[in-house]
Amino acid sequence: MLSVSRVSKSFRGLRAVHEASFEVPQGSINALIGPNGAGKTTIFNLIAGVYAPDAGEILFENKRIDRLRPDQVCAAGIGRTFQLVKPFAGLSVLDNVIVGALHKERTVSGARVLSLSILRKLGLEAKAAQPAASLTLPDRKRLEVARALATRPRLLLLDEVMAGLRPTECDQMVQVFRDMNRADGLTILLIEHVMRAVMALAKHIGVLHHGEVIARGTPEEIVRHSAVLECYLGEETEV
Amino acid sequence: MSLLEGVPRRGLVLLAILLALLLVFPMFASGYLLAVGFLVLYFAYVGQAWNIMMGFAGQLSLGHSLYVGLGAYAAAALYVHFGLSPWIGLGASIAVCALAGAVIGFLAFRFGVAGVYFAILTIAFAEFARIGFDHFTWVRGSSGLFLPVANYIENDLWNLRGSPAMFYYLMLALAVGAFILCHAILRSRMGYYWLAIRESPDAAQALGINLFRYKMMAVILSAAMTSLAGVVFAFYYNNLFPEQIFHISRSIELILGPIIGGIGTLVGPLVGAFLLTALAEGMRELMLQLGIEVPGVKQVFYGICLLVVVMFLPDGVWPPLARKLRLDR
Repeated sequence: MLSVSRVSKSFRGLRAVHEASFEVPQGSINALIGPNGAGKTTIFNLIAGVYAPDAGEILFENKRIDRLRPDQVCAAGIGRTFQLVKPFAGLSVLDNVIVGALHKERTVSGARVLSLSILRKLGLEAKAAQPAASLTLPDRKRLEVARALATRPRLLLLDEVMAGLRPTECDQMVQVFRDMNRADGLTILLIEHVMRAVMALAKHIGVLHHGEVIARGTPEEIVRHSAVLECYLGEETEV
Repeated sequence: MSLLEGVPRRGLVLLAILLALLLVFPMFASGYLLAVGFLVLYFAYVGQAWNIMMGFAGQLSLGHSLYVGLGAYAAAALYVHFGLSPWIGLGASIAVCALAGAVIGFLAFRFGVAGVYFAILTIAFAEFARIGFDHFTWVRGSSGLFLPVANYIENDLWNLRGSPAMFYYLMLALAVGAFILCHAILRSRMGYYWLAIRESPDAAQALGINLFRYKMMAVILSAAMTSLAGVVFAFYYNNLFPEQIFHISRSIELILGPIIGGIGTLVGPLVGAFLLTALAEGMRELMLQLGIEVPGVKQVFYGICLLVVVMFLPDGVWPPLARKLRLDR
């Protein structure tokens, strides 16, 4: 469904992503993990159209999307959340989601109905009338997800939405994604540090280190992969 | 979906009372008060038009005198040269201003000029016009364009020749129209998209909003609306000077209303226009009565008002007032 091939991006000579390649099959849940500064968010921004890659290409449903603007990527069927949440602070929680829902819905009243059902799924229903500025960080993360879902994407990019959630909240969120993956066939690519969520959700994991994909595989394979252990824990030496 | 849906009943009642007061006002007002009333409505209207750009779409224009001036000159020149009714001339005014807005918008939004740099661009264009029109001989350049004036026994609405009361009602109609239009827009897709762009352009774009298109719509609509105020202005004052109408102080003057009243609110421009105009004129009257003849009292008063609002009511007068009146739902 999504195919990233040999994509590179540098910022003023600093190599953020180097010849990264991976595939996201339709209907799957995938995770990108890696230490801080490995280039995960840069890859998201390349997919979402915030930056154009210096080299390589990105295909979504067999069409090139690496020269599109963010709004065109959204129109192609990819929704995204921001790691540093960007709520429309002056608008109510409901209005935040309505903005996203208007992408597919013709009327504001139709968008309101869809938005309320999404807020219900994410447990934000009671806070619909509050200004988004009054939300706590975990709720803001939920709002990011709700807004992105409201555009009815076929692929959802989640950038550290579990960070700051309590374990039970994290499990709830995992359940929400699982349900949507199963019921609506939503494909998910997530960046995550919370391994509890990654292990519970992802069928495929890619590991990024210094801008390069150093390992790909199932969760079981990844936890035993020597290069991965090395980048997280350091090289094993005989004593 | 009804236009009245979700509007609190108290708000409707208050609006109806306000409208009734404004309608009967000319029957009791002196010529001077009527002139003040006209100014209040004028600033309420242009403030509303400016608010579309800044308050809704988040784009700061400091050059709205450009649209007032172009609108005024277009209709006045067609009247003076060809005897065309301003109702026909305003078509030209709208077209010219929409085009000017589109050019500025294109230059800014296509090339990512934003924030204060966008504001500087709008000032630059108003200044171009001010200096350019000084040498534009078709409209008499710096010596000014005058509309023929006579004592009119009857109001000639078709040619906009007539009594101050006629202009007052015309301005009232425009202000009411702008209020209703903005109210409707805020409940539409465009309104939601503008507010989203104002709050976070990045997030708005990620949700599929074409930033360029919706910012262009804001600047074009705002410019076109402002041009109508220019037309009325020209036929009310009957004289136009580039040095005055395009001057930056005119642009500043028309944004003070919404700032004082509450940027981004529907009622803010109205409240601000009333406070500033009515109180500044009242102040001048008071000074006259007290025998204090100090030039610039009005400006000092403006300054004090701005200071007070910025210090104590950073969101403007209306939002806290609305909470007090329980009109914020």
